[in-house]
Amino acid sequence: MYSYLLPEFMIERLENRCIRCRVCERQCANKVHEYDGELDKLFSTEENCVGCQRCVVLCPTNALYVRPRVSDYRPNSSWTRDKMQNLKKQAETGGVILTGSGNDKPYRIYWDHLVLNASQVTNPSIDPLREPMELKTFLGRKPDTLKINFDEGEVKIESELHPNVPINTPIVFSAMSYGAISYQAYKSLAIAAKEFGTLFNTGEGGLPVHMRKEFGNNTIVQCASGRFGVDPEYLNSARIIEIKIGQGAKPGIGGHLPGEKVSDDIAQTRMIPRGTDALSPAPQHDIYSIEDLSMLIYALKEATNYEKPVSVKIAAVHNVAAIASGIVRAGADIVAIDGLRGGTGAAPLATRDNVGIPLELALAAVDKRLRQEGIRHKCSILAAGGIRCSADVIKAIALGADAVYVGTAALVAMGCTLCHKCYTGKCNWGICTQDPYLTKRLNPEISSKKLINLLKGWSHEIQEMLGGMGINAIESLRGNREHLRGVGLEEWELNVLGVKGAGE
Amino acid sequence: MSRMNGMNVKFGYRDNFLGDIRPVDELFAQNVIIEGNRGVINAQGMRHKEINDVLRETAKKGVTDITVNNVFGQRYIGTRLYFPQNHKPLTIEINKFPGNDLGAFLNGHKIIVNGNAQDGVGNTMDDGEIIVHGRAGDVVAMSMRGGKIFIRDNVGYRTAIHMKEYRDKLPVLVIGGTAQDFLGEYMAGGIVILLGLSLKNGEPHRANYIGTGMHGGVIFLRGNVEQHQLGKEVGARELDDADKKIVAKYVHEYCSHFGGNAEEILSGRFIKLLPVSLRPYGKIYAY
Ligand code: SF4
Ligand code: SF4
Repeated sequence: MYSYLLPEFMIERLENRCIRCRVCERQCANKVHEYDGELDKLFSTEENCVGCQRCVVLCPTNALYVRPRVSDYRPNSSWTRDKMQNLKKQAETGGVILTGSGNDKPYRIYWDHLVLNASQVTNPSIDPLREPMELKTFLGRKPDTLKINFDEGEVKIESELHPNVPINTPIVFSAMSYGAISYQAYKSLAIAAKEFGTLFNTGEGGLPVHMRKEFGNNTIVQCASGRFGVDPEYLNSARIIEIKIGQGAKPGIGGHLPGEKVSDDIAQTRMIPRGTDALSPAPQHDIYSIEDLSMLIYALKEATNYEKPVSVKIAAVHNVAAIASGIVRAGADIVAIDGLRGGTGAAPLATRDNVGIPLELALAAVDKRLRQEGIRHKCSILAAGGIRCSADVIKAIALGADAVYVGTAALVAMGCTLCHKCYTGKCNWGICTQDPYLTKRLNPEISSKKLINLLKGWSHEIQEMLGGMGINAIESLRGNREHLRGVGLEEWELNVLGVKGAGE
Repeated sequence: MSRMNGMNVKFGYRDNFLGDIRPVDELFAQNVIIEGNRGVINAQGMRHKEINDVLRETAKKGVTDITVNNVFGQRYIGTRLYFPQNHKPLTIEINKFPGNDLGAFLNGHKIIVNGNAQDGVGNTMDDGEIIVHGRAGDVVAMSMRGGKIFIRDNVGYRTAIHMKEYRDKLPVLVIGGTAQDFLGEYMAGGIVILLGLSLKNGEPHRANYIGTGMHGGVIFLRGNVEQHQLGKEVGARELDDADKKIVAKYVHEYCSHFGGNAEEILSGRFIKLLPVSLRPYGKIYAY
């Protein structure tokens, strides 16, 4: 433990409500609460509290309050409390400060500066409850032209089609590996994706063999720099293969799954010995150029008999548009862009909070560039990193995405409260941990229902908003910036987004 | 032919790999001769996808012994031979020069190359055998998880990078010559044997950063290296009896493929390179 650090949270227990049931003591993996039998009283070690609110919501008498502790150093807008506390931790250890989840710094959230259009008078709106409203989306490369033959009343497509994967709503669960999250959380994502007719992404942790048959059709498998769990059977069991180049939360760096987390099952799924560190190097060591990327894309297509779209996931960084163009030219069928606010199970704080650019700007720039070059149809775009609600989804699609990846939103649906301590392995919600005492708090039957409800609710809202614009298929909104206007944005921002100011 | 977008020639899109692919039936009829379980493919002028189309087609006909002639730089040979329902190990002999990613993701087949190989031999290979009667380029055996690779001569940079092992899968890479920098970088498992036969008497290996970030597996190296050529995550040891047995076994196997005197090779000085920690980066974080 560190000396001289201010506790981040304050715990208040209303003694007249507390019935000494000790639920809080059992629920907190950070060992904050402790019962003293002699005094018949509960005490708290506030320094250990991460503010996850688990004890608060489970206390049967609502006796607990956990709040950010306001005591602070002398106010200083340059040397904030965070900066000072982190520095003190480093002074004691010489280590790299780790964090989890997504960037929480107040960078501009463009979604909140974009507003949507609706039909009034000149163009009727559509009621999705009574009229068809298509959300089905096809992920993959589209042909340049479509040659159709009408033969004795039969319609036949003559052009050669590339593999495409239909999803029932333009929302896909983003890469979260078994290892970073618990088996229960992983399985919940798989069940929900299957039930709703969309996809989940295995991340770099492999796909357990016993899940392949049941969930393979709803799976995006990753081939990342560590190549963990990658063999021909794994690749062929999936619907889409994703080459992971970068991640929004930590562009340019690899990942370390520490040996303590490599249990038997995880070792088996990643195909590595138990207890060894699973090190994912920062680059893929066979990819140092667009030509090399192309080589891996086609290696994966060869390994799967050209039956599956290949996606390339990159972090949103400077020059992302040119990079995306190269990726499409290298042969990718899907480009996934993960923005500055994308989440992670563990990343150095300095990287998470300072590297990369906001998704909105990156997405708009990529879409614009691919259109200018006449190659937008050659790939689908998956937008990731900071999608919080259905309005963000629909705005992303209007900025050029085919569909979005949601990670954090799915975790929140399962119980996550964004305490940012994913890297400690002590997630009280049973999501980001491998401790069986904690993971059994998550029941895949129940949490998959919550995920399905999330998809259902958002899809419905998207249909309502689409109908309001007088559009009856999500496809017609893709890249349709006429339906967006900016509020409170600078000229350059409107330019990058390709959006007019409100009132124009 | 490249198809332009009709707006601006500068932005034309050319499909480097899949443009103008000929139908496999046509290629098969013209270029494949089958006799019993043996097949001969004439790959003259084929694109990489075409070769692999034809190979797959030939394998599906029940042929298990395939010779591919006139190979000049085509990639991914052996990659598209995953038949989960009907797995029969094939033997594929290649004349002369296969391209990059030879045997990438290979699952149990045997590939013999009568010539040099390029980059990415055995990339993420799962099982099987690759024997190269010549040299190979960069990133040989990257992320290889099982099977064996024998290269008669030298290899390029970043050999055996992130090679790993798992349960009964123990990949083995034997190199007759020497290797360039970053041999065994990030290595997590498996056995690499570097014989240094291309070096003159007493001439040291030139590679630097050998075993940087290594956290599993073992490298047996014949000949001389200086301490400064090794990554800081590796330690050098003498071979014990068990090690000697392993090395002897694979050196004999090497000689059975390429000739040479196994006893003479084994009489040279070997060292064993091991990771000093299974957790090289375990202590760099502040929680
Ligand atoms: S860490 Fe969570 S469960 Fe523990 S005391 Fe704090 S809020 Fe309660
Ligand atoms: S959970 Fe609530 S009622 Fe039970 S011991 Fe803790 S504070 Fe008291």
